[in-house]
Amino acid sequence: MSDKKMNDQDPNTTGHSWDGIEEFDNPLPRWWLWTFYASILFAIVWTILYPAWPISTKGATPGLLGYSSRAAVAADIERYKKANAAVDKKLTTVPVDQIEKDPELLNYALNGGAAVFRTWCAQCHGAGASGAKGYPNLIDDDWLWGGTIDDIYTTVSHGIRYASDEDTRDSQMPVFGEILEPAEIQQLVQYVRSISGQEHNAAAAAAGKTLFADNCAACHGEDGKGGREFGAPNLTDQIWLYGGDVATLTETITNSRHGVMPAWAGRLTESQIRQVAVWVHQQGGGE
Amino acid sequence: MSSTGQEHEAPQLYAPREPIFPRRVHGFYRNLKWAIMVVTLGIYYLTPWIRWDRGPNLPDQAVLVDLANRRFFFFWIEIWPQEFYLVAGLLIMAGLGLFLFTSALGRVWCGYACPQTVWTDLFILVERWIEGDRNARLRLHRAKWDLRKLRLRLTKWIVWLLIGLATGGAWVFYFADAPTLAKQLVEGQAPLIAYAFIASLTFTTFLFGGFAREQICIYMCPWPRIQAAMMDEDTLTVAYKPWRGEPRGKHRKSADADKLGDCIDCMACVNVCPMGIDIRDGQQMECITCALCIDACDTMMAKIGKPRGLIDYMALTDEELEREGKPPKPIWKHIFRVRTMVYTVLWTGIGALIVFALFMRSDIDLNVSPLRNPVYVTLSDGSIRNTYKLRIRNMTNGAHPFEISVTPKGMFKLKLQGVESTTVTVPADETGTHKLFIIAPPDSPAAKAELTEIRIWAEDKATDKRTFAETVFTGKGRGN
Repeated sequence: MSDKKMNDQDPNTTGHSWDGIEEFDNPLPRWWLWTFYASILFAIVWTILYPAWPISTKGATPGLLGYSSRAAVAADIERYKKANAAVDKKLTTVPVDQIEKDPELLNYALNGGAAVFRTWCAQCHGAGASGAKGYPNLIDDDWLWGGTIDDIYTTVSHGIRYASDEDTRDSQMPVFGEILEPAEIQQLVQYVRSISGQEHNAAAAAAGKTLFADNCAACHGEDGKGGREFGAPNLTDQIWLYGGDVATLTETITNSRHGVMPAWAGRLTESQIRQVAVWVHQQGGGE
Repeated sequence: MSSTGQEHEAPQLYAPREPIFPRRVHGFYRNLKWAIMVVTLGIYYLTPWIRWDRGPNLPDQAVLVDLANRRFFFFWIEIWPQEFYLVAGLLIMAGLGLFLFTSALGRVWCGYACPQTVWTDLFILVERWIEGDRNARLRLHRAKWDLRKLRLRLTKWIVWLLIGLATGGAWVFYFADAPTLAKQLVEGQAPLIAYAFIASLTFTTFLFGGFAREQICIYMCPWPRIQAAMMDEDTLTVAYKPWRGEPRGKHRKSADADKLGDCIDCMACVNVCPMGIDIRDGQQMECITCALCIDACDTMMAKIGKPRGLIDYMALTDEELEREGKPPKPIWKHIFRVRTMVYTVLWTGIGALIVFALFMRSDIDLNVSPLRNPVYVTLSDGSIRNTYKLRIRNMTNGAHPFEISVTPKGMFKLKLQGVESTTVTVPADETGTHKLFIIAPPDSPAAKAELTEIRIWAEDKATDKRTFAETVFTGKGRGN
């Protein structure tokens, strides 16, 4: 053994001594040395073949193989697109209400739709689709414009009060601050609170009932349960888009609310719109 | 102290390997090692080919690591990823087993069972068949390159490569159906990863068994360093008995042989050593206790009519006794000690735990994760709804219907996404994932409470077995 030989000849030391303990200067195994040289060679070959040396703020030497991680990602995306081409085409050609009956399409749409939602919808509707003040909760059972898969598909495609889309869902609640007196608006507020089972002033609510029939029932219905053809909210349930307290109701009636959602047709592909419609429909509120 | 370079030649900075040419040896330990080689290699090469009928939908290979479907099959046992703790338990047992054997018998793993030792042994056997025994190999090593040397070397390398190929080839059969993969490999239709693994294992086997050999143990393997801590004065290791052998010398008739010890300095123990050491220098780092020097020395002692065991398994505590001419402790006293007993008890305990866990586990399982974004939803009538993700594991080999329910009963309404009833069917050997909505009516206790502890149940309608998972229902809580 090589070690043996070194131990037999009084070996040289490095001259370092700590508390009488000296450091040997024994040889390294040669295979180790060759591995070391091979690593250096590997590094040189690597820098020739792959992007390595920074040459400016814009980038580095491209390398003989022309590899770049961006191109690799692009190639991956192309590969997945190709692999998904058949199911993607099927998704855009079947009637919208048939998608969920096909397990393959449903699975594809749910996974794709989750990504579309996170990217384009979560900013307003929240990552869990539970909405925020002024932005509808998409997972409850209350829908302004309808909660069937077809309704959701139409809403996503054309948006709400989105001026540049001709087929957008549109309705304009009047600004009652210009039509009614503040006292009348307070009576209306009390009436709306009464039909939604909240604490209210009975006398004011009774006065508000007539005002409601004259001014509001056309869209919200005689009973206040709303109407989907106008996207008019149901005023008798427990769900409020902006709030059911006196101050918020006063503000809503006085100034009106005209929430806007963009039309996604043209911005997202037909396939993406269908995916996200299916995803929303499957979150618990779908009708 | 200053460096004293003048008195010595300047040392070489990098040391080449000194080649080792172990001589052939016969004896008890050599035969034991052959037997162990046959058994271990036999297990390694043949295991993937054992068939095991598991019924429909499941593979019929006895030992199979199915990475694609995340299943591990071992005869009648099937392990899913979440049961990997069982494998962790096996690894702990393997570790404790090594501690046990090391504290009793030293580096017995290194000497007999380590793959590096077994394959190196096989490679040396091939080398001897082709190039001859130690002296012939030494001559060949020193000879100039000519046709004969080239022929012998090429033959040896090709046989080594074939062994390497078989090693790598057997490895991949553990990860796929062996007969199918074998057919694919021959036809060139197997996955690239299979060829890559075969190539890499062929190369490493060739390199480690043929060329690196003892250097793996000395430079690369961490285990020899650790196991020194497991050994004590009662551990049996291979040792030379200098009090009997020294002073060593050739027993010539003319010389006064009486003054000499039993060691005739024949170098048999050195020549057979695969690690290239002289055991007579005492215990040393390189020694893997393969015990071949014992066989070599015993053969010599028999020839010169001396008792066997000049080199033998021996513990430090025996040395004192033997120096005084007393008999050594019996072997069982070295093996049955507090230390080895502790290891045995731990080893058995963990083994019992694994067996217990294996028999207690159910072939159905339910895993529930509440979806907490948002934690609850208020519905239009004021009900509170929570959403849960259910994973129903069906380890049986048939599609079973599972009925989902929740306790306490009567407090909630249940609805499964996309399913009309509360029964779902999970295919054989799969995990079914379903979304469950639990709804508490308006102003019910659960709707008003902050948290209500509930159990979600899955009952296998085919077998009436049921299982549950504990979770919570989140209501409006305080201030609402």
